[in-house]
Amino acid sequence: MTDRFNLYRYAAPSAFYPLAGAMIPYFAAVAVVFGLAGLWLGMLVAPTDFQQGEGYRIIFIHVPASWMSMFIYLVMAFWAAIGLAFNTRLSGMMAQALAPTGALMAFLSLWTGALWGKPMWGTWWVWDARLTSELILLFLYIGYMALVAAIDDQRRADKAGGLLLLVGVVNIPIIYFSVKWWNTLHQGASVSLTKSPSMASTMLWGMLLMAMCFWMYSIAVALMRVRTIMLERERHTDWVKAELASLGAGGEK
Amino acid sequence: MIHWNSFSEFLAMGGYGLYVWGSFGVTALIMAIEPIMVARNRKATIARLRRQLRAESRNAAE
Repeated sequence: MTDRFNLYRYAAPSAFYPLAGAMIPYFAAVAVVFGLAGLWLGMLVAPTDFQQGEGYRIIFIHVPASWMSMFIYLVMAFWAAIGLAFNTRLSGMMAQALAPTGALMAFLSLWTGALWGKPMWGTWWVWDARLTSELILLFLYIGYMALVAAIDDQRRADKAGGLLLLVGVVNIPIIYFSVKWWNTLHQGASVSLTKSPSMASTMLWGMLLMAMCFWMYSIAVALMRVRTIMLERERHTDWVKAELASLGAGGEK
Repeated sequence: MIHWNSFSEFLAMGGYGLYVWGSFGVTALIMAIEPIMVARNRKATIARLRRQLRAESRNAAE
């Protein structure tokens, strides 16, 4: 009678753990499919850019990595808010699992940006608003990870990290609107919800497919990481003891 | 349909090869290494927790 699907059930780590494990292969497979389709469209089919020649093809990873670096931060801030408001166990684990992937996305955004800037602007780096605020995002990720790692009491670590995440969220609109608010070397938004796209449709679709690939990849890796964090943090519970006993000697099922 | 006439043209990327492949190469490297690191960390964590669990149950038995 009462066995209707209940989303809140999965807020308990013991219920979320097997669900996450079951979902990882699907997210990974979908990421590969989107990635191959995006690379095929972007690298093999899309035409040459009339201004930037073939160098523009960096866009197919630069934009997805930059989007994910901002989006992952927003998701972490969301979990931080939930954790601070409702004191849920899962939220701190989610934020912690997402942070390294977010940091890597921010790094990739800066790395590909430097490799794009050198041939187009003649410099690897400028202290302009877009680049500087993205660098601050990378530092926020690193700062969050260092802060959480430095505090032994897990609940205090989650609270301190959550506060840092919420304060730092002000940086996200600064990154996003920096190209509008200030005169920057960085070009304006490639994709806008209000204007029709200025790119060739194969370029646009290649970029969107790559963004989906990065998104699915991030979910898969974060789910892998959160499962380990769950075992670690919940090691004194019966479900983790049962799970550890069922796993082969030092191995994976 | 395919934009390129030859493989060497594809590799050259119109003179931007270093920048384009430098971007894609590092991205591919990170996306290959990160899941491996996470999986290795998981294995190590499981092994450590199992050792701790065994030690605890031994102590409880004594």
